[in-house]
Amino acid sequence: MTPSDDPALVRVLAADGTFAPTAEAERYLPLIEALSDAELETFYRDMVVVRAFDRQATNLQRQGQLALWPPSFGQEAAQVGSARAARPQDHLFPSYREHVVCTIRGVDPIDIIRVMRGLTHGGWDPTDPKNGNTHIYTLVLGSQTLHATGFGMGLAFDGRSGTGDPARDEAVIVYYGDGSSSQGDVHEAMVFAASYATPQVFFLQNNHWAISVPVTTQSRSPLFRRADGYGMPSVQVDGNDVLASYAVSRVALDEARAGDGPRAIEALTYRMGAHTTSDDPTKYRTSDEERAWAERDPIARMRAYLQARGAADTFFTEVDAEAAAYADDIRTRTNALGDIDREVMFAHVYSEPHPLIDEQRRWLSDYEASFEGGN
Amino acid sequence: MDRIAAPTQTDAPQTERADAAPAMRETLPFAKALTAGMRAALAADDHVLLMGEDIGRLGGVFRVTEGLQAEFGERRVLDTPLAESGILGTAIGLAMAGFRPVCEIQFDGFVFPAFDQITSQLAKLTNRHEGAMSFPVVIRIPYGGHIGAVEHHQESPEAYFTHTPGLRVVSPSTPNDAYWMIQDAIASNDPVVFLEPKAKYWLKGEVDTTARALPLHASRVVRRGTDVTLVGHGAMVTTLLQAAALAEGEGTSCEVIDLRSLSPVDYGPILDSVRRTGRMVYAQESPGFTSLGSEVAATVMEKAFFALEAPVLRVSGFDTPFPPAKLEGQYLPDADRILEAVDRALAY
Repeated sequence: MTPSDDPALVRVLAADGTFAPTAEAERYLPLIEALSDAELETFYRDMVVVRAFDRQATNLQRQGQLALWPPSFGQEAAQVGSARAARPQDHLFPSYREHVVCTIRGVDPIDIIRVMRGLTHGGWDPTDPKNGNTHIYTLVLGSQTLHATGFGMGLAFDGRSGTGDPARDEAVIVYYGDGSSSQGDVHEAMVFAASYATPQVFFLQNNHWAISVPVTTQSRSPLFRRADGYGMPSVQVDGNDVLASYAVSRVALDEARAGDGPRAIEALTYRMGAHTTSDDPTKYRTSDEERAWAERDPIARMRAYLQARGAADTFFTEVDAEAAAYADDIRTRTNALGDIDREVMFAHVYSEPHPLIDEQRRWLSDYEASFEGGN
Repeated sequence: MDRIAAPTQTDAPQTERADAAPAMRETLPFAKALTAGMRAALAADDHVLLMGEDIGRLGGVFRVTEGLQAEFGERRVLDTPLAESGILGTAIGLAMAGFRPVCEIQFDGFVFPAFDQITSQLAKLTNRHEGAMSFPVVIRIPYGGHIGAVEHHQESPEAYFTHTPGLRVVSPSTPNDAYWMIQDAIASNDPVVFLEPKAKYWLKGEVDTTARALPLHASRVVRRGTDVTLVGHGAMVTTLLQAAALAEGEGTSCEVIDLRSLSPVDYGPILDSVRRTGRMVYAQESPGFTSLGSEVAATVMEKAFFALEAPVLRVSGFDTPFPPAKLEGQYLPDADRILEAVDRALAY
C-alpha cells in the first residue's frame, strides 16, 4: 500500500528519479546540491554492491552455508544515506538488518556472514577502530535503543559532544523498525534521551512489515509523530530516496551533536524480501503490493537521476561488475570459513576468572579426550 | 521443643547520620556502611556513577545514598525516570561508553521490568562481544522480608539471577561486608547483582575501613561448631546464629556459614565443615523449589557424599507468593523452623 504523502514528508527524488523536492525538503536542498558527483556515485555504488551481497547471502543460506539470512533488499537508500551522513567519530547501533551500514563504517562483510553461519553471536569488535564505532547486532527487538541512549548519556556527561565543533563532537544513531517501535524499551529510550538531552538520532526504518504483521497494527498514527510526545523534533523521509535520507540524517546528527538534544527520523521504505530466509511472505501479503513498491525502488531511481545528470554507461557497467566480484568474493570466503573452537563456549562468559566455568571447561576437555581419537 | 518467638529483625530507621567518612573502626548501620562504601568508590573513580529512582535528592527510600548527590553532583548520582528497563538498558550503554554504573532497583519485586535487559543483554554481552567489551554494571536491590510491607516489597528473587550465566550475585549480611563488598562489586569488570537484605539496613556493626577481610566471592564461617553445619545468606545469617545459640542450650553445637557470594559459590569452607559435622541445613527466605539452597544441597551431597550422616536439608519459604504481611512470621523461616530441621538431621 502506498498512501498519499504526508505533508511532512521529505523527498527530493521521485520514484522515477526526477528531482522533485517536496515542500518539507526545501531546507535540505543546499546540502544536497553541495554533494559532488563522486559522492553521488558512491551512494549508488554502495546500494548496488550491498544488494548483490544480500542476494548472494540469501543464496548461500539456501545452499546450507548459512543458518539464516535477514535481507536488507529494498532498504538500501535509507541505510546508505544515513550511514554516509554519520561522521567518523559517531557511534552506530544497528538492529540486525543494517548490513550496508556496517560495511560502510568498515566492518568486514564476512563478519556479518559469520554471525548468520553460527560461528559467533557478535562478529566484530566495536572498539576496534577499523569497525568505525559500529556496534554488533541486537536480536531482541528494540533493546539497542536503550543502549544507544545510555551511550549518548555517557557522551554528554563526558563532554564528548555539544562543544560546537562538528568535526569532534560525537553523536549516536540507533536503528530500529516499525515492529520494534511498539516495544516498551523504545519508549523508555526516548524518555531517557529527552530527559538527558542525548546527542542521538533515533532512525526508524518503517519497512511496513514486522514479519507478517503490517505497520497498521503497530500504529494508527504516523510513527514519526510519536516523537512529539517526548518533545523531540522529528522528520519523516522517503527512505527509498538516498539523497533525502542522507540529508535528513546529516542535519539531525549535526543538530544532536551540537547539544540540541535527540532527534527522530522515520524513513518510509519497504522490506522487498522476506523477514528472513525462514519466512514466506506469500502467506500474508500480495504480489500487487510488492510490485507497487518495486516501482519505487531506491536503486532504479538513483540510476535514473544519475543518467539524467550525464553519468556514462560505463559507470553503471563498472558498478555492476564490482558488485558481482564482491558477491563472488563473499561466496569464496564463506565456503572457506573453518570450524568453531569449543573454547568459544567458555572463554568470555565472564571478564574475570570464574571457578564454575573453569571446572566445566576442564570437564568437557577430559570428556572429549576420553573418546578414542577424541579432543 | 517449645515454639520460641523469633525477635524482629528491624529497628526504627536511625535519625542520626554518619556525616563524616568512617574512621579506621567505626560502628555503623548496614545502610550507612553501604553509603560509605559507595562514597569511597565515587571518590576513587570519576566514571563510577549511581543511578536509580529517588536516589539523588531524596537519598533513596532507605536513605542508602543519602548525601551522595549533594557531595558528588547530579552527573554522578542520577535521579532517573521511573523505568527499570530504562535504568538497566541505559546503564549498559553507559558501560559501553566507559562508565561504571551502579543501578539501584528500589525494591526486589520491581526488578522484573528490567529482567530482559539483565538476562538477555547485560548477562550475555561480554560473551556476545567475545571479550571485546566488559560490562562493569552493579545492580543494587533491597530484598527479603521482615519489614511488614505490602505486596512486591519483600521478595527473594536471587534464583532468577544465580541461574543466569554471565552474572555474579552476592549478598552481604554485616555492615563490614556491606562496606567492602559494594566496593569490590563496583571494581569488578563483570555485572554484579548486589542483594541488600533490607531487614538489616538499620542494624549496627563494626566496620574496619583499613582492610577488607575477604574477597568478594568468599564464604565465611561465622560461628564454629561440631555437630551440624548451618548455611545461609543475607538476613538469614542472623536467624541461623539465633538458632545455633538456642541449639547450644540444648546440647547441639552448630557451625554457621555465611554464603556471602551466591554465584559463584565458595564451597571450600562448606565442604570442610560438612566433612567435620556430617550434617547440613540450608536456610533461605526464598521459595524452596528450584532455589539456591537446592543447588548448594545437591552440590554438597555430590562432593561430600561419604562424609554425610544425613541428607542435606533445606528450610525455605513456602512455594507460594509472598503472603500479606500479617502472615510473614509464619511464612519466613525462623529459628524454630531451623531447629526443626536440625533435629531431623540429627535423627538420621
